[in-house]
Amino acid sequence: MLKYAVPLALFALLGVFLFVGLQRDPSYVPSPLIGKQAPEFTLPSLQDASYPVASKELLGRPWVLNVWGTWCGGCRQEHDTLLAIARTQAVPIVGLNWKDDSAAAQEWLRTLGNPYAVVASDPEGRVAIDWGVYGAPETFLIGPDGKVLFKHIAPMTLEVWNQEFLPRIRAATAGATTPTQG
Amino acid sequence: MTFMPMLRAMLLALVLGAALPALAIDAERAFDDPALQERYEQINRELRCLVCQNQTIADSNATLAQDLRREVREMISAGKSDDEIRTFMIERYGDFVLYRPRMTAGNFLLWAAPVLLLLLGTFIGLRFIRKQAAQVNEDGPEAGQS
Repeated sequence: MLKYAVPLALFALLGVFLFVGLQRDPSYVPSPLIGKQAPEFTLPSLQDASYPVASKELLGRPWVLNVWGTWCGGCRQEHDTLLAIARTQAVPIVGLNWKDDSAAAQEWLRTLGNPYAVVASDPEGRVAIDWGVYGAPETFLIGPDGKVLFKHIAPMTLEVWNQEFLPRIRAATAGATTPTQG
Repeated sequence: MTFMPMLRAMLLALVLGAALPALAIDAERAFDDPALQERYEQINRELRCLVCQNQTIADSNATLAQDLRREVREMISAGKSDDEIRTFMIERYGDFVLYRPRMTAGNFLLWAAPVLLLLLGTFIGLRFIRKQAAQVNEDGPEAGQS
């Protein structure tokens, strides 16, 4: 009997690998930026091109970078969720308007509401490349030390926000405030 | 359709199809210098377009592929080496961006698997042959002949 048990076990293991492999999304590319220092950027603000948006100014607190464009269907889909998240005022949401028409983007925020603390305009897509963006919407969580904590690729949902983002935000703020108190 | 015209049509389709990869995706050449142009095209053929994953950035006209080609062009102009350009892409998009995978600590087992499996197979095979030979010797030559 043992003679057959080993091949059978190996076959079952192969089956498990195949099954797990089938459940995975092949279009999902894990970001090499997780745990690393977030790329710095200074870009003109969408609403006022003379006002620069600098990532350095956000150091010292967790923040969220949401990559969007008016051409992106998933961005329209997640917009109401972003508005709801912004109302909780947990963290500032910084928008990165990716390869978009500024007038159309401003119109979008006027009519649908603006969840962003500030929106950086990246019409050439250079900052997006630095961040390894390949498909909007993408949402990054950046820690107080400027490190990328998490990346979500797909429209934001409250479920993802509550399960993936909020616990990390709490941990990051706890970690950042403890040393200054002690 | 009779046989000959059909065959001719199929041949024509085949020849045209074979010529397709020769078409460059950019409207204009990126470099006047043929050596630089060759390097540019070579690098593009090795980088994956992340939006349309089964195409290289040389094949795809997705906006991201256009942007990545622009980055490659600018880095070549700036005198960056091929390795530096590849590292630039890996730092941002991970190893998946490479069409020709590198050996890393994470995928070492995958690279070593053929050799390891061959060794394992040889070991099992040898053991089996020895066992058979031992059996024959134990039974004696007469029993083996029967």
